[in-house]
Amino acid sequence: MIWDLVLQWSFLIALVAAAVRLAVPVLLATLGEIITERSGVLNLGLEGVMVMGAVTGFMVAYYLENGPLAGVSTSWSAWLGLGAGVIAGMALGLIMAVLSISLAVDQVIAGVTLVVFGHGMANYLYRQQFSSLTARVAGLEPVDIPLLSDIPIIGDLFFSYDPTVYLTGLLVFVSWFFLFRTTWGLKIRSVGENPAAAETSGVGVSRVRYSALLIGTGLAGLGGAVLTVVQLNLFREGITAGRGWIAVALVIFARWRPGLALVGALLFGLADALQYRIQALSQIERGAGVIPYEFLLMLPYVLTLLALIYRRGRGDAPAALGRPYTQDTH
Amino acid sequence: MTLSSADLASQSRFKSLLVSISAPIVGGLLGLLIGAVLILLAGANVGEVYSAMLKGAFGGQRQITETILKAMPLLLVGLGLTVAFRARVWNIGGEGQYYMGALFGSIIALSFPGLPRVLLLTTMLMAAALGGMLWALLAAVMKIKWNVNIIISTLMLNYIAVFFVRYMARGPLQDPNGYLPESAQFIKAARMPTFFGTRIHLGVFLALLLVPIVYALLWHTPLGFRLRAVGSRASVALYAGISVNRAILFVMAFSGGLIGLAGIIEVSTLHTRLKGDISGGYGFTGILVALLGRMNPIGVAVAAFLFAALIIGAESMHVVSGLPDALADAIAAIMVLSVLAVDGLVRRWRKS
Repeated sequence: MIWDLVLQWSFLIALVAAAVRLAVPVLLATLGEIITERSGVLNLGLEGVMVMGAVTGFMVAYYLENGPLAGVSTSWSAWLGLGAGVIAGMALGLIMAVLSISLAVDQVIAGVTLVVFGHGMANYLYRQQFSSLTARVAGLEPVDIPLLSDIPIIGDLFFSYDPTVYLTGLLVFVSWFFLFRTTWGLKIRSVGENPAAAETSGVGVSRVRYSALLIGTGLAGLGGAVLTVVQLNLFREGITAGRGWIAVALVIFARWRPGLALVGALLFGLADALQYRIQALSQIERGAGVIPYEFLLMLPYVLTLLALIYRRGRGDAPAALGRPYTQDTH
Repeated sequence: MTLSSADLASQSRFKSLLVSISAPIVGGLLGLLIGAVLILLAGANVGEVYSAMLKGAFGGQRQITETILKAMPLLLVGLGLTVAFRARVWNIGGEGQYYMGALFGSIIALSFPGLPRVLLLTTMLMAAALGGMLWALLAAVMKIKWNVNIIISTLMLNYIAVFFVRYMARGPLQDPNGYLPESAQFIKAARMPTFFGTRIHLGVFLALLLVPIVYALLWHTPLGFRLRAVGSRASVALYAGISVNRAILFVMAFSGGLIGLAGIIEVSTLHTRLKGDISGGYGFTGILVALLGRMNPIGVAVAAFLFAALIIGAESMHVVSGLPDALADAIAAIMVLSVLAVDGLVRRWRKS
């Protein structure tokens, strides 16, 4: 029976470890969106930003690995690929910023259009460069932290991941510190709550919102690149599979707090890991009573809906969220 | 005094009409221009690529037919979303509603092959509208009961619907005599009648018929007035005693129903059976259609035709030049982004 296998220790450890890894891309995007939304800008283009980060990161890593850096170091090409993902994310962020901040375009409309743009561009770029679907990159090796990774169970659960996992964990703390313990963070929060008052006290609303949007989209681009460069080592159309949208949902679930975003992303990761693992087991244990894999694939999306129902709406949303600010609106 | 203010009003109305027509034209041209840069970067000849697209979309009777057929689902989705967007209800679950419409309609087509043709087709269409409607209403109810953001719920429901239809096509509805994950082929009676000896079918006329209906609904009924009031400012609507919740329920049901129709029409005419891959992103391209068409049914019809031409043109462009046909999606999105930018610029320029 499947459930006997599910309840073994080795399975549970592998499941949690997979959940942590799968949480990384969506957590990076969620952290980014928290910073953006704290400034009062609702960036619904996150899914498009992630997919552009994913394709750009993959292409840069691939060409470096098979070009200038061939035979030198695959980890260098992976890191540069991740950097390219950040830049691609910020490029889309800049489009969103010009539209939603400088030109006061409706943020919902601009964001949704940005998603379609991101998907279209990513598919175009990938198909134009790669005729076959077999292109792969090497990615990053897991780093076993000396001694700690040898501890049974604990070692597997906490100390045997690839570097992006540790980096993301660090970024949870950094984004909290940035938002709540630095002047810049204070400015971001103040333009998100009351832009007119912030402007009066000498804060440049547009400049602060630009910065928050670029930081946010940079992180989301990184999330997309981690997915292709480090985790899957390839690009496919629709590879982000709604993670950008799930990140928007997780921001609400997390009440615009980085610490709670970690919890939400791990829940998502667990649902995702569970469906992968049960699918894998179902293939071993083919037989009656096995859940159709399509229902397993639905799991992360159903969970996201449940999380939003549990949270019941906006809660502690920044007061000026989604409202364009122009000097003559007040 | 009254005369001059009326003059002013009509003058400004004329001006805003001019702006609302010229922005999509400028945006469309900008989209083609940026598309040209993309083509240049790929090392291809801009003139060749664009003329291949033009020929592919309008080069002959067959090409024009294909373009019209492609415009049908885009028009239905765009019209449905127009009604929702006018009330500022952001239904981006077109993809899921399309799939559920296709599923409900297909169940009728596969279960009742004995019905007379007119009755069978009518029931299929009604079931499809119901499927799309129910799927959209799920998001509306979650909004009203638990204040769940409609953008996110409709988007999540997209994935759930697509996976569910894939399961149905592979499982319960699979062709008993086939091996592929798809249903049996629909019988002839369950396919839309075609006209003029071409592939132009009943669904095209149905979609066109809905253009004036949606127009009349929005601008010539009290309901349409209320919907637009909800969209312009919810507080005004509340003040005028308009129930925002009822507006949400209505526009979600209406848009879901229209999009569900698109699903079964496309399945019954193009695919002739239910399978996992039946959309090609209509739910999302339909959003662009509604936006480029300025949420005006006539504009939406023009935009649907334009994007259909872009998609069909890109398919044959791909054969000629080797450039990926995803170029069409990129250009379509760039066009809408450009329109948004032009709109924003005009607003800013007017204020100063």
